[in-house]
Amino acid sequence: MNKEKSKKIFRPLILVLAILGIVLVVYINSGPKLAQINMEDSSNSKNSSYDLEDPNRIENGIHLRTGLKDTTGLMTVVNNCTSCHSAEIIMQNRMSKEGWASTIKWMQETQNLWDLGENEVVIINYLATNYPPTKKGRREVLKDINWYKLEEK
Amino acid sequence: MERRKFVKQVGLGGLLSSLGLDIVYSANLPKGYIPLALQDTDPFELFAKDQEMTILNRKPWNMEAKAHLLDDKITPNKYMFIRNNGLIPQIASASDWQLKIDGESVKTSKTYTLKELKTKFQTVSYQLTLECGGNGRSEFDPPAKGNQWTVGAVSCAEWTGVRLKDVLNDCGIKDDAVYIGYHAADIHLSHDPTKEPISRGMPLRKALQEETILAFQMNGEDIPLAHGYPLRLVAGGWPASVSGKWINRLSIRNIEHDGAKMKGSSYRVPCSPVAPGEKVKEEDMCIIESMPVKSLITYPKTGAIFSMEKKLDVRGHAWAGELSVRMVEYSIDFGSTWKPCKLEKAVNRLAWQHFQTQIEFPKKGYYEVWARATDSNDKKQPMLLPGWNPKGYLNNACHRIAVKVS
Repeated sequence: MNKEKSKKIFRPLILVLAILGIVLVVYINSGPKLAQINMEDSSNSKNSSYDLEDPNRIENGIHLRTGLKDTTGLMTVVNNCTSCHSAEIIMQNRMSKEGWASTIKWMQETQNLWDLGENEVVIINYLATNYPPTKKGRREVLKDINWYKLEEK
Repeated sequence: MERRKFVKQVGLGGLLSSLGLDIVYSANLPKGYIPLALQDTDPFELFAKDQEMTILNRKPWNMEAKAHLLDDKITPNKYMFIRNNGLIPQIASASDWQLKIDGESVKTSKTYTLKELKTKFQTVSYQLTLECGGNGRSEFDPPAKGNQWTVGAVSCAEWTGVRLKDVLNDCGIKDDAVYIGYHAADIHLSHDPTKEPISRGMPLRKALQEETILAFQMNGEDIPLAHGYPLRLVAGGWPASVSGKWINRLSIRNIEHDGAKMKGSSYRVPCSPVAPGEKVKEEDMCIIESMPVKSLITYPKTGAIFSMEKKLDVRGHAWAGELSVRMVEYSIDFGSTWKPCKLEKAVNRLAWQHFQTQIEFPKKGYYEVWARATDSNDKKQPMLLPGWNPKGYLNNACHRIAVKVS
């Protein structure tokens, strides 16, 4: 009779412990995964404090989430060009129409970029207009120097 | 915080699935708890890097140093550049990490655990210079495609591991072997599991060098995740892409390895010189091997103002791929005259060498201090950009800093 009673009490307790155990195992197993995603999270946004309620907000002609310039074709570029890589790799490059076109072709041939259809012209025009090559010559002068007083040691 | 608000409104489940991530029992997560994945990521904290490091790209992560950050003789992690082609892999623990040796030219294919590698083979440590093939790319005209590295994609850390040749010899190398190709755990940007972000390698002669190692430590500690934890190939003096990270398989090949970023224009330059902007056929592009002679002024930071009475201390490092550096000179008159710096010998082959000097200036005004290294084959760094190439590799032009004498 006593044994029966304790069984009744403990059965739900064991069940609860078992569930807790499973949750714990799942949590531990997903721990490293979460930590990992963390390393690659928010990585397609230039500014980690952009407005999440308005992810496509424009300020001073700049698309805040990516840093791209707000001109014709912006969202076509954002939607097609920033899901695999960040916009930073676009903005630090300077290419002619031909150069951007060959980069797109390379991404299609080797990096799983999809067929852009009629968007391709829009994208190439946007890129070549906003990020065209500039002449640098054989060696540029030093610029953007932050002058400071060298402390005596 | 806006991010928090967003989480509340959309609901955790929705947000997680938008990230392509499901959490089992997400309903059981404590209220108000934001999973790590959604917390703001500070890359400097995430990778334990100095705040002065420059982020070039967040996906994939690419980060470089500035010249003055590289003043240490042995580069600490906080100043080491990060160059990734794909996404950093998930590595929970190294205890079950395995390295498989296979390929057409292996006598016996074997698989080693990390522990077996550490116990079975002799452990060695070397300081090894790793420079990205595209370091200095930003200066090319016409511009070359890719991350626009300036001067900071170079490091010389102390790497500890086992010799690659010991491991290869343990499996046996067939007579027809010519190349080693690596495979790793990183993830392609498209998340396509059949694609590797990068799978490069080296000719057998480089693989069999004393200093070519399979490293499990950097500067006396586990290798940081961003730099290849738990196992990295390190082949000093060659483009750093040869030093594959997160290595889990090595293939002994009877052909030049044909993995990702071995073909096309990747890590290749025209076999013969071309005019700036010229189109080069794929078959006329040759794989980069040893990096060219180069130097970097790491002290003072550019922009220093000091008085006439002061002799300026200048120092830095010089390296020359497979070769050693024979001489480092400086000029304060745009190359009209050069004077020698004191140059130390390398601590071991393929480690960078340290130079220093004291400079007296003849009168007040603006100067540039230029450094120029000469390798053991008497090749010097050019003052102008070296030969243009489609991908902007191998810019070893002299480094210079601006100073004012007041």
